[in-house]
Amino acid sequence: MTVGRGRTLLLLALLVALASLPLWAPRFWIYIGTQALIFAIFAMSLDLLLGYAGLASFGHAAFYGVGAYACGLLALRHVDALIPLLLIGALASAAVAVPIGALSLRATGIYFLMLTLAFAQILWGLAVNWTSLTRGTDGLIGVPRPALPGAGALGFTLNERGPFFILCLAVAVLVFLLLEALTRSPFGRTLEGIRENERRMRALGFPTFRYRLAVFVVGGAIAGLAGSLAAMSNGFATPDLLYWTVSGLVLVAVVVGGSRSLVGPVLGAFLVLIAQLGLSTFVDRWELVLGALFIAFVLFLPRGLVGLVRRA
Amino acid sequence: MDVLNLAHGSFYMIGAYTAYSVVLATHSFWLALLIAPLLLALVGGLLELVFFRRLYRHGHLAQVLLTFGFTLVFVDLIRSGYGPTTRSIAPPPSLGGAVHFLGATFSSYSLFVLGVAVVVGALLLAAWRRLRVGAVLRAGVADKEMAGLLGIDLARVFTLTFAFGAGLAGLAGVIAAPEFAIFPAMDASVLILALVVVVLGGLGSIEGAIVGAAVIGLGYVIGTTLFPQVALVLIFGLMAAVLVVRPTGLFGRR
Amino acid sequence: MDLSIRGLTVRFGAVAALSGVDLEVPAGGRRALIGPNGAGKTTLFDVIAGEQRPAAGTVALGGRDATALPPWQRARLGLGRTFQRSTLFAQLTVAENLALAVRARCRAGWRFWPVRDRELEREVADRLETAHLSGAARRRAGSLGHGEQRRLEIELALAAGPTALLLDEPMAGLSGAERTSAVERLRALPREVTLVIVEHDLDAVFALAERISVLDHGVKIADGTPAEVRADPRVQEVYLGTA
Ligand SMILES: Nc1ncnc2c1ncn2[C@@H]1O[C@H](COP(=O)(O)OP(=O)(O)O)[C@@H](O)[C@H]1O
Ligand SMILES: [Mg+2]
Repeated sequence: MTVGRGRTLLLLALLVALASLPLWAPRFWIYIGTQALIFAIFAMSLDLLLGYAGLASFGHAAFYGVGAYACGLLALRHVDALIPLLLIGALASAAVAVPIGALSLRATGIYFLMLTLAFAQILWGLAVNWTSLTRGTDGLIGVPRPALPGAGALGFTLNERGPFFILCLAVAVLVFLLLEALTRSPFGRTLEGIRENERRMRALGFPTFRYRLAVFVVGGAIAGLAGSLAAMSNGFATPDLLYWTVSGLVLVAVVVGGSRSLVGPVLGAFLVLIAQLGLSTFVDRWELVLGALFIAFVLFLPRGLVGLVRRA
Repeated sequence: MDVLNLAHGSFYMIGAYTAYSVVLATHSFWLALLIAPLLLALVGGLLELVFFRRLYRHGHLAQVLLTFGFTLVFVDLIRSGYGPTTRSIAPPPSLGGAVHFLGATFSSYSLFVLGVAVVVGALLLAAWRRLRVGAVLRAGVADKEMAGLLGIDLARVFTLTFAFGAGLAGLAGVIAAPEFAIFPAMDASVLILALVVVVLGGLGSIEGAIVGAAVIGLGYVIGTTLFPQVALVLIFGLMAAVLVVRPTGLFGRR
Repeated sequence: MDLSIRGLTVRFGAVAALSGVDLEVPAGGRRALIGPNGAGKTTLFDVIAGEQRPAAGTVALGGRDATALPPWQRARLGLGRTFQRSTLFAQLTVAENLALAVRARCRAGWRFWPVRDRELEREVADRLETAHLSGAARRRAGSLGHGEQRRLEIELALAAGPTALLLDEPMAGLSGAERTSAVERLRALPREVTLVIVEHDLDAVFALAERISVLDHGVKIADGTPAEVRADPRVQEVYLGTA
């Protein structure tokens, strides 16, 4: 139980540090923090699939991107309410995840990985080519941020960095708690059983395919939620969001942080994002450094940052 | 080999850039055709020795991540060496002409590419089926311990295979260079097409890769001609359709 | 639940692992299935459980045609099985292993919120007790010794509450004392539970089975009471001829 308490303390410390960020940090760091939080939500949704359900998806960016486009399209059509805009991203991605999951989950292992990659690239192709809806490579630009419920009375709007950062933090905490509960629930245990030994689970009477599909859709929905936030944060949704390197980056974040822990992917997301945005600001050859970093992690810390603590 | 190497596209890209440099320096396409595969084989062999060796036990995910890291490194190296702009080289003068055949016109270079592809494919298939290499690799992939017991130096075989695969990717890069543009993101597009081909054909099957390449190549060309916007979507749709019906690919076992 | 298997044929390439096998086990029947290695016993279990599609033949469970049903639906009809090679949930604790099986029976997998389920905890504790695994409750199943794994294997199948149970070599690799206790555990099952046991240990076979079916090279060569089977010349040929 000491590990559990250590984890809780670490999380609270992280939360306090983050929540106070708008008070003291330079604007640039608030921006990075916002991006990192959004990426952390995205990474947690992949950890649900990879860590708990054992599904190595290499096309998770599809759901991130669909969420961003759904939110962007709606916001550009003058929907100006926070909750519906967040939900539409999640719902759209869940809807897309149903057929993709139903098809890809027929395969396992490396074939599942390839199928998810393929479907994500199909969606990327659609985003580039279905110009009447997506405006092609330019993407949706000028996506406005919505008003807060009870706007005006609060004295601030989401267009300011601080409040928007806090919104992302709140959503991230909510997602974390939800996933924490989900993975400890009977449903989560069933997923673990399927990950460990699907054949046995079938023999016990679990319709394993439905469980895997269900978790795939939930993971997609949460990625879509992250996508919604990304569209609001950036003010645009472009095909880049669905590109395969994004799927690769989020996978790296999960593994570098340490999968099957939820905390690990959050740390991993911060690391990757800070490395990416931080390095690209200060160093020319940042991709090189980032790539070298990943290589080092895979070679020397195969269980991720969290593995460091767990081993102790 | 049961190894998933996302950096394979990078080998292709480096092959193309090597060709560019060699042609720039010596004006000889043929020299490039010789040097680039050798260079890439060397790079591939070294990478296998230093990095991949440690990862076979860790499964596909570790390989995906490691090689993903390498793709970033390679792209950036290329970009720092050559800049982000698109380069191109001309086909060798002897192949600059055109050929009339069945009422249509083909550039000699296209026919040359076709010829090389057929020869390489045939050689690979023959080697795979006739020589011990194929048997050894299949045994090694199926059961590493057993192959070890039979006195096969798997480590060496794997290094050489990896080097050979990298060399082939380099060769492809050289050959593609006069036909397509050379630019730093060329690795991704070709890698994804290659993965699609291999998965469509069935992993671990040379026959599958050849058939897969033909299907995808034709599909891509037909797709680009008829519906230019959605050619890529079409390709992936094709792959998804095949895998849905046969989850291990056209020629895949199990 | 009664099992009715008719004319099962399974081919792996050119090899016929099963050819035209019939097997009728009435509800509450205690049947042993014996035969040399490679006879097709495990394959037969795989077909009954729905893991393997037969090239021909039908499987009926409790009078219902189950030939086209997926494994999990057959399990819900009351079919349980153990595997020849222990296939536990290696990374989960012993208690979690059993909890999964109990949830399978209660169909409690679709609950999305963690709640303390005292009834489930009590049942898991009871079953741990019965299987002499209480001391190992918090250990990972993968770290158990062979004997403990086999006990958990049987208890897992039982926790799902089957009315017909297929046991694939449950005593393999166990010591004499462990075998006796495994036989006791199976004899203590309610009378109405149907048992089909594949086992090489003939003492265990005779202690449990009322009837014996013999497979050889994918063909059923004998079917009868222990005395009849012992007297059957073809069985003697297969067993003594190769021994
Ligand atoms: N998946 C498979 N692929 C090919 N052959 C198999 C497969 N499973 C079993 N066999 C073959 O089927 C025959 C029966 O095997 P099995 O049912 O395991 O026998 P038993 O359990 O009686 O020892 C054997 O000859 C075995 O080699
Ligand atoms: Mg067997």
